[in-house]
Amino acid sequence: MTGAADVIRVTLPAHLRTLARVHGEVELQVSGQVTQCAVLDALEARYPMLCGTIRDQRTGKRRAFIRFFACEQDLSHERPDAPLPEAVAVGAEPYLIVGAMAGG
Amino acid sequence: MSGVRVLVGTRKGAFVLSSDGKREKWDVSGPHFPGWEIYHLKGSPADQDRLYASQSTGWFGQLIQRSDDGGATWEPVGNDFSYQGETGTHQWYDGTPHPWEFARVWHLEPSLDDPDIVYAGVEDAGLFRSDDGGKNWQELPGLRGHKSGPSWQPGAGGMCLHTIILDPSSPGRMFTAISAAGAFRSDDAGQTWRPVNQGLRSEGIPDAGAEVGHCVHRIAMHPSRPSVLYMQKHWDVMRSDDAGESWHEISGDLPTDFGFPIDVHAHEPETVYVVPITSDSHHFPPEGKLRVYRSRTGGDEWEPLTRGLPQEHCYVNVLRDAMAVDSLDSCGIYFGTTGGQVYASSDAGDSWAPIVRDLPAVLSVEAQTLP
Repeated sequence: MTGAADVIRVTLPAHLRTLARVHGEVELQVSGQVTQCAVLDALEARYPMLCGTIRDQRTGKRRAFIRFFACEQDLSHERPDAPLPEAVAVGAEPYLIVGAMAGG
Repeated sequence: MSGVRVLVGTRKGAFVLSSDGKREKWDVSGPHFPGWEIYHLKGSPADQDRLYASQSTGWFGQLIQRSDDGGATWEPVGNDFSYQGETGTHQWYDGTPHPWEFARVWHLEPSLDDPDIVYAGVEDAGLFRSDDGGKNWQELPGLRGHKSGPSWQPGAGGMCLHTIILDPSSPGRMFTAISAAGAFRSDDAGQTWRPVNQGLRSEGIPDAGAEVGHCVHRIAMHPSRPSVLYMQKHWDVMRSDDAGESWHEISGDLPTDFGFPIDVHAHEPETVYVVPITSDSHHFPPEGKLRVYRSRTGGDEWEPLTRGLPQEHCYVNVLRDAMAVDSLDSCGIYFGTTGGQVYASSDAGDSWAPIVRDLPAVLSVEAQTLP
């Protein structure tokens, strides 16, 4: 568990960095428990052009070719409201939003 | 001096091609949105600098981009395409009911007189409208909710609404076409719809003359004569003289009547263009010769246009939204290929030259005539 003041580091895939007009990692303030859902809520609030590109806007379901990694673990199939690893919550490790390897 | 802007959507980005009225030298801008599929982009007839683009990938879904400066800069606008009311089902490939699922926007059709109003034709087939420049989208559910909806089936390319035509003489009248459901008409600004497929015959469906189920590839209309429609169907080139109430075949002496795009000369409502493709199993031109065919008689009698087009070893396709005309005095015609070429003719098709040769596969071409 972490306090509201901690900075969460998020890494976006290249196409979404271009869309959001950011370079490198994104730093977010997340209040309350740090979960996938809370991180994405904060990300979409800061960068509304990302709405719908990572998860469905109505159901919140992760898009099929998006993956969530952190601390060398695949967290894609965790519940959206499950707490993220402490290292992510305190900003020691980034939360990686990844476009799955596929296509050409 | 007048000019032309050609908007090109490709598998890996958008390109804006610009020229003066001579159409001899072209500036190429792009790729915009590199790496994304751009199914379609189109300018508002009411504001030449207002453009809309459909941007998507399988990874990140659908975005709509808007430009207010003729494509120099773009801003993402709304991308929530939620079907209204009961989702319902259509028929899946195996014959079972399948819930409607939004996949992408195939076609954007700006209003004829208000740059903030734009329609979107989507897969799975549905029609959406925005009244605020693309920020918010509302479905016009009367189309998808037609009683025949549960029987609609996808074609090989998905169940897409790919054609939207607004009748300039009758503001409430619209036409849409869906693969593989057919053509539909509304007379009340999209609130209610009915199939307009009488006269179509499709051997690939159990009842060749059925009310719905036809794989219409494209419909074109000349704005001065909106009751006349031209259609490239999966097979057959068709014509209606009564706003879709009935259709008759005008394939005439074409070498094959399979194809995707169809368009009409800007100043001659009886001059029509198609690009014959060998067959539904061979999506390339007959004999490896890329030929546009022109009819100056509203169909039936066709002439091949070959000057400047490759006449050997050419195995590209021209997709349904990849042909357009400008309205300069000498009508310009443009089409893009799956091989990445965009060809232009500034003399109504008599001669052609490539503007660009090596783009990604071209999905759509639109032309804007600039004052």
